[in-house]
Amino acid sequence: MLETDTENGVPVLRFSGRLDAAAAASTWQAAHRAARGRFVVDARRVEAMDSAGAALLAGLGEGAEWREPEAEAPRLVLRRFRAGLERVSPPAAPKPLPWLAQIGAPFVAQAGGLRERLRFLGETVLAGSATALRPWRLRWREVVRHLDEAGTRAFPLCVLLGVLIGVILAFQSSIPMRQFGAEIFIPQLVGISLARELGPLLASIVLAGRTASAYAAELGTMKVNEEVDAIRTMGLDPVAWLVLPRVAAAMMVMPVLALVMTVTGIVGMGIVMATLGYPPVAVANQLRQWLSLGDVTGGLAKAAVFGLVIGYIGCRSGLSAGRGPRAVGDAATMAVVGGIVSLVVLDGLFAVLFFRLGW
Amino acid sequence: MTEAVIRAEDVAMRFGTNTVFQDVSFEVRRGEIFVILGGSGCGKSTLLKLLIGLMPPSAGRIAVLEEEIARLAGQARRDLLRRIGVMWQSGALLGSLNLLENVMLPIEAHTALPDDARALVAGSKLGLVGLGDATTRLPAEISGGMVKRAGIARAMALDPEILFLDEPSAGLDPITSAGLDELILSLARETGTTFVVVTHELQSILAIGDRCIMLDKEARGMIAEGDPKRLKEESTHPTVRAFFHREAL
Repeated sequence: MLETDTENGVPVLRFSGRLDAAAAASTWQAAHRAARGRFVVDARRVEAMDSAGAALLAGLGEGAEWREPEAEAPRLVLRRFRAGLERVSPPAAPKPLPWLAQIGAPFVAQAGGLRERLRFLGETVLAGSATALRPWRLRWREVVRHLDEAGTRAFPLCVLLGVLIGVILAFQSSIPMRQFGAEIFIPQLVGISLARELGPLLASIVLAGRTASAYAAELGTMKVNEEVDAIRTMGLDPVAWLVLPRVAAAMMVMPVLALVMTVTGIVGMGIVMATLGYPPVAVANQLRQWLSLGDVTGGLAKAAVFGLVIGYIGCRSGLSAGRGPRAVGDAATMAVVGGIVSLVVLDGLFAVLFFRLGW
Repeated sequence: MTEAVIRAEDVAMRFGTNTVFQDVSFEVRRGEIFVILGGSGCGKSTLLKLLIGLMPPSAGRIAVLEEEIARLAGQARRDLLRRIGVMWQSGALLGSLNLLENVMLPIEAHTALPDDARALVAGSKLGLVGLGDATTRLPAEISGGMVKRAGIARAMALDPEILFLDEPSAGLDPITSAGLDELILSLARETGTTFVVVTHELQSILAIGDRCIMLDKEARGMIAEGDPKRLKEESTHPTVRAFFHREAL
């Protein structure tokens, strides 16, 4: 309990009774408002106190005139609390760098990061080349496990997304097409969009969201738990042991997922065309006439490259994770963001390449 | 006789058909350092989980501060949990918060104190465990011994009546471990807090334990109770003797 009055013009804060967390919380503001300039803290009638009560008294400032609690127990609590506070030193301010070093530090950090990326890329290319020459050295059982996790388990999601995208594209394009009486060309529009662009792109986004993040989290946790160091000290190459099976699985599974996305998208478009009054035969004829094998194979080849890059980025994010549980989350985020940004950039490059090649 | 703050009566714990222990009965008295000891796999940590109410016992009754913790729910459970503190074997500090924020966490959850009051309390607790110069560091940036100390500071944040420590010395070097034992002894002496310590570190048991119980995997229950120093000297039970004299059975 807090009462305030004055003695010879000096404010006096009189605390009494039990000074616990509830009492400290309710009197904190009033006590701090009254504790201005010169003042007296009279705690003689405090009967019991916990750390929160001690914080209330100790937090009132050094300039006060003190009347310590008369009872033994609260006096001890207050003494112990002050002893703890005396051992707290303010965090040392970081030593400022000279101005030239301040300018150079971000570049040095970036260069260090770039060097690490190049080193990891080099290790992966070397290990990948060695495995390409001796494919039996690849841990095929691990590849199959990752094919299942990245592929089989992603099928339902790809089917759902594919059908929905096909339906949405067909409906959206039917509005302007109808104005020109060109609804019959919707299958070409949707089919070519899906085969060349949207099928691989959407499957890649599914892979980046589901699989790259899982790779990063799994490898990041292994790094935090020193399992990667253990693999290295057993004389094994973490890249060949951990990265290649995952990257190989991502690369193999991507064309299949892209194909699933494309085919189910075409099915979704077919459903919309049926509701618009066009029979499946008409849709199939339009597709046969306009959709070439090159459109499909080009899309699948692109998907394989996307899989390679997304798998690689997921693994690199995991193996470059820092320490602690937060690092694993950061690695997963980096894998998804890095994967999606990279695949959009790559997609742009493929668009230019296909344009040049006249595909 | 000093008041009992924990009473376990005929406690048993089973997972399916596997009985971890049964017929475990003991009392923990206010202000003492009570040690639960035993070999690996004997159920020490399981018993700790029963004592702090994370799991109900398969049989028997556990009363903590006169309340049957496994049966409590809602506000009554929160009120009881406010009166106990737990330090986990791994420290269990939140990795995204610095040490001061970690210690402030239970204060924020259980009191209406303003930010500066919470920071003062947390700072004082960290100062008491010797981490006054590491308040702004993240758990990933400090050593294993410091993590354990920070775990104790967080467990003490609300001035609990009982502090449960799970394997406080595990994984620490002898010097750090001895320092932690001294810290526990000084806290028990200065604050009057009751400590329940789960450990199998022999030197710690002898250094800090006022009383102990020993669990045994083979016996599926308690095989000894008393002052650890006396048990070491006087017990005739072969497992107890082997444990205290570091002998293979």
